[in-house]
Amino acid sequence: MTDIQETTIWEGDIQQLKGLVSERALAGETMVLNMGPQHPSTHGVLRLMLELDGETIISCVPDVGYLHTGIEKNMESKRYEQSIVMTDRMDYLSPMNNNLVYCLAIEKIAGLDVPERAQVIRVMLAELTRINSHLVWLATHALDIGAMSVFLYCFRERERLLDIFEIVSGQRMMSTYFRPGGIWRDLPAEFFPAVRSFLEDFPRRIEDYERLLTENPIWLDRTQGIGFLSADDAIKLGCSGPVLRGSGVNWDIRKAIPYSGYEQYDFDVPLGVHGDVYDRYLIRMEELRQSLRIIEQALARLPEGPFRSNNRKYVPPPRSELGQSMEAVIHHFKLWTEGFSLPESEVYVRIESPRGELGCFLRSDGGNKPARVHFRTPSFVHLSALPAMAKGYLIADLVGIIGTIDIVLGDCDR
Amino acid sequence: MNPVEALQAEFGDAIQAVEEFRGEITVTVDGARIVDVCQYCRDTEGLQYNFLSDVTGIDYLPQEPRFGVAYHLYSMYQNRSLRLKVLLPGDEPAVSTVTGVYPAANWFEREIFDLFGVTFTNHPDMRRILMPADWDGHPLRKDYPLGYETVQFSFNFDEVDKFKPYAKE
Amino acid sequence: MGLTSKLGELGIVTVKLEDTVNWARTRAMWPMLFGLACCAIEMMSTQASVYDVSRFGMELMRPSPRQSDLMIVAGRVTRKMAPVLRQLYDQMPDPKWVLSMGDCASCGGVFNNYAIVQGVDEIVPVDVYIAGCPPRPEQLIHGIMTLHERVKQERLEDWV
Repeated sequence: MTDIQETTIWEGDIQQLKGLVSERALAGETMVLNMGPQHPSTHGVLRLMLELDGETIISCVPDVGYLHTGIEKNMESKRYEQSIVMTDRMDYLSPMNNNLVYCLAIEKIAGLDVPERAQVIRVMLAELTRINSHLVWLATHALDIGAMSVFLYCFRERERLLDIFEIVSGQRMMSTYFRPGGIWRDLPAEFFPAVRSFLEDFPRRIEDYERLLTENPIWLDRTQGIGFLSADDAIKLGCSGPVLRGSGVNWDIRKAIPYSGYEQYDFDVPLGVHGDVYDRYLIRMEELRQSLRIIEQALARLPEGPFRSNNRKYVPPPRSELGQSMEAVIHHFKLWTEGFSLPESEVYVRIESPRGELGCFLRSDGGNKPARVHFRTPSFVHLSALPAMAKGYLIADLVGIIGTIDIVLGDCDR
Repeated sequence: MNPVEALQAEFGDAIQAVEEFRGEITVTVDGARIVDVCQYCRDTEGLQYNFLSDVTGIDYLPQEPRFGVAYHLYSMYQNRSLRLKVLLPGDEPAVSTVTGVYPAANWFEREIFDLFGVTFTNHPDMRRILMPADWDGHPLRKDYPLGYETVQFSFNFDEVDKFKPYAKE
Repeated sequence: MGLTSKLGELGIVTVKLEDTVNWARTRAMWPMLFGLACCAIEMMSTQASVYDVSRFGMELMRPSPRQSDLMIVAGRVTRKMAPVLRQLYDQMPDPKWVLSMGDCASCGGVFNNYAIVQGVDEIVPVDVYIAGCPPRPEQLIHGIMTLHERVKQERLEDWV
């Protein structure tokens, strides 16, 4: 038998927290409570230091970094094509969006064209990923607040989406499907019936979730008027995505700075009025419907044609050419041994990920490896806004507020 | 209102360089004036860069000045973005914080301090954010090793195993 | 009861104590609700409706280490998280087992760098490793069943 160590009592000095907590905490009037990094409602390994007066939160100091993976540093030692693999594992609920932003950054520096078909497929999969991510958000958010059955329903539907991802890429979660200049391979024939049947069933499922939650008095009590954020504060704190739109600011990157041909799709951007947890819930539910609309339009307009660019300097030639063309063999060999190089430059690309603005800053120094990759991840920024949102509410509401900003710690810490 | 012309007219010599690449404007600013420039960009009618998307650090080793800090501003009114850049020396890099103008910069600057060792003066909470508090060095600097460990395969299993620490009960 | 109606009055059944204890341990092994990264999402899928890990007696995921028998290290373990992980392990009561889920937890996976512990076996003793990035729920279930096989072979003299 091993000795159970009693080390849960903090041995530090309260004066070390000076500046982070109020003067009252230093005098011992209020309580300082540690929450996490292992806590079921922090969605991973977030640690919060809470200062409480009774049950009211006076201040909240998040401590992140428990999942700092060194992805940005590691990508500097990998070639552009190899490093796409790393991007999946940042925001592991929406891997395709991470692939997309990194590929867009590479394409922007290279000036690489992406064929129409690839763009439509990208949009379709990015929206499927959004649904996938929102389903996990809804499942865990509802579970935190106490609605167990929603969790089971959401994961049932999510399995169908993961099956679709497996059909296209061979992996359930870490698909690495998007590549610079297009996508890894064309859509297999099984993809279409799978997506169509999903499109047919899913609207009814959304209604099921809404019947369970939207007018449920417990849900209303736990979410309305909680985690308020005004439009001004949201912009100042750098919030984006559903958190910003919940406060009534109409800013969706898919509309404002369209990428991958989003300007050709007809969809609405839902806006909130009150800026509380409930409004953000309604927005994400509506986004599920809008994503379905986009996928339907994309399926209808999916053109024939190549699924990746014909620029052989960046995109490997198809297998069929290797047997006939010496040039194709050379390109193939070059690309798989040393990869492609990009001219010396710096770009910043932003897309609308399920969580908000996902930005990629890419600097190349002329070599075949990125000199600096930085991801501006929405979870990181939203978490820095958490103290402003949590202040003054009860500690029981904190799980709802953490849930509403939809953090993924892998996305936050990278 | 053209942001580059406006900035050059207002700040003159403090604007050190202007570059444009694929429609992205980069304005290199004197580090001492960065807070004023940000304030001007945010509050001037016609610019209104009200949203700070991102702040990031860059290590230009072996060039001197070695470090760069890039601020990505975005204007929701004009729907355009601007990159401000500050170049800092390799020896004790420090620049004033812009948290007073853009509160969103708070954690970004802490991250740059943590990973690059660039100090932001007057920052309200300049602590490490991602790495443990007692960590040595700043991982994203180019002279910081990646920390690669030899991978254990079947051909070198025994050699690696000798040095691999195993946990005990 | 189904068994008695089939077999009639059973009376007394003689079994080895070892087998009974091991059987009991495998049938109610409560894992700790503790997710680190991507693998935790697959662990949630395993718990949820389609795969339903409660078929294996894992009805409850306990967020408290004091109430759990099995630690599933689901995801990459960073240098900052490692002391926390060890503390959680120390807080678990005996007998306890550790499943290392996924490549990152088992050997560092693709992240061979300064921030990630190259294999969680440097911090806690691991019983079963599950490969995959992330492993499918089926693989996790296979890992759990492999662990059950292992537990069934435990000897009485090893416990005391």
